[in-house]
Amino acid sequence: MPATISINGAARALPDDPRVSLLDFLRDHLHLSGAKKGCNQGACGACTVLADGERILSCMALAVQYEGRAITSIEGVATDGALHPLQQAFIDHDGFQCGYCTPGQICSAIGMAAELRRGVPSYVTGDVAQDVIALSHDELRERMSGNLCRCGAYNGIVAAITEEYGEVAP
Amino acid sequence: MTPFTFARASDVPEAVRLGAQPQAKFLGGGTNLVDLMREAVEQPATLVDVTGLSTAIEERADGSLLVGAGVKNTALAAHPAVRERYPLLSRAIVAGASAQIRNMATVGGNILQRTRCAYFYDLDGARCNKRTPGQGCDAIDGFNRMHAVLGGSTSCVATHPSDMCVALVALDASVHLQGSDGARSMPLTDLHRLPEDHPERDTVLAPGELITAIELPPLPLAAHSSYRKVRDRSSYAFALVSVAAAIDVRDGVVQDVRLALGGVGTRPWRAWQAEAELRGQPATEAAFRTAAALEMAQAQPLRENGFKIALVQRAIVAVLAQLTGETS
Repeated sequence: MPATISINGAARALPDDPRVSLLDFLRDHLHLSGAKKGCNQGACGACTVLADGERILSCMALAVQYEGRAITSIEGVATDGALHPLQQAFIDHDGFQCGYCTPGQICSAIGMAAELRRGVPSYVTGDVAQDVIALSHDELRERMSGNLCRCGAYNGIVAAITEEYGEVAP
Repeated sequence: MTPFTFARASDVPEAVRLGAQPQAKFLGGGTNLVDLMREAVEQPATLVDVTGLSTAIEERADGSLLVGAGVKNTALAAHPAVRERYPLLSRAIVAGASAQIRNMATVGGNILQRTRCAYFYDLDGARCNKRTPGQGCDAIDGFNRMHAVLGGSTSCVATHPSDMCVALVALDASVHLQGSDGARSMPLTDLHRLPEDHPERDTVLAPGELITAIELPPLPLAAHSSYRKVRDRSSYAFALVSVAAAIDVRDGVVQDVRLALGGVGTRPWRAWQAEAELRGQPATEAAFRTAAALEMAQAQPLRENGFKIALVQRAIVAVLAQLTGETS
């Protein structure tokens, strides 16, 4: 049986060539063009996807390394045709201009919320031993610093994420 | 990217056997190695994926913590024992890279990441002794604002880029290794080499030798510790300078201290001289200043990076003052 990877819930055969990045696998092999190739060197976050719920950069990942893992890209965050609440919040708050960074921003923020629930500290967390970390403005900005927006739509992005996760329960 | 063979190791003996092949490299999260392969700076014939090995964090009865080399950076920073007992390590890890990269990167890979010196990356446009031994170094007389002021040589002045390692060397961490000739361990301060005449060799690892774990000794003073990073933007940037510190003060006198510096050295820099100077001294800003100046007296600035010498001294004083309640 060929080695497989789960992409948005469907089992897919992995590429034969181990050089294929997870990003190129999604975009060029599966024609899932939501995750974007911004810098292709881990600097911009436009390629962010979720691996078993954790946000990663698909450009720095070799697809073969994720054999057996469950990958969720922006195409997989909606449920039964209904937008993910954060997708709707991005629309409501104009959390984009050109939209190129948006799939990465949304996947990243979904992963960020899971990290907050687990109590993962950030560099601006006052006491890293504290159990409950509220998503303050500073926490949000620090935790989302791996996603750049060249249009500068940050105010809308912050507003959208705050609406959805500003009261994240521990 | 040059073609390579991909192999996933199912246990440490298999990893060591696969890693003994010519031009084999161990692969962690890939956040540095994949990038270097794309730039053709690294061209391994075989990649041995070791991310599935050694992924446990074990709290041992003697109070030490054994961290598997495959543990993700995020998992280490978020572990309750690390946050309670070694907060400087949590802070150092979350000061590095971005959340996405920390979710991918392993402890072993973080330790073995290569320098981010731009000349090291510039295969076609620059000379680099670390990349191509004997070629020369374009950084020493070039754009060297980010480069090292401590531990450099006439061959290389590239900094070690890790934040995590700065905290680990401050904590007296040791590193557990497995090679085809057997297992050994050593203090992490002995793992990274000074460049001297061989900057192509970052560490004292033998070919094919695998990092299996990091051991943190019980270190009560580390519960009172911090990490401060100074950079060109407030997040997601490499350090201009950074300071990892833990200090124990009783009756106003420094009983014990651990101090390490990032962004200034060719390896994660344990500030042995400053520590020795501080023990037994009153915990005052004046004493912190004296110790910081003593450590940096050996610094050798290049054309653009002399500012780091004053900046790191101020950062040392600020962190120690904050930890001891001395106002800065």
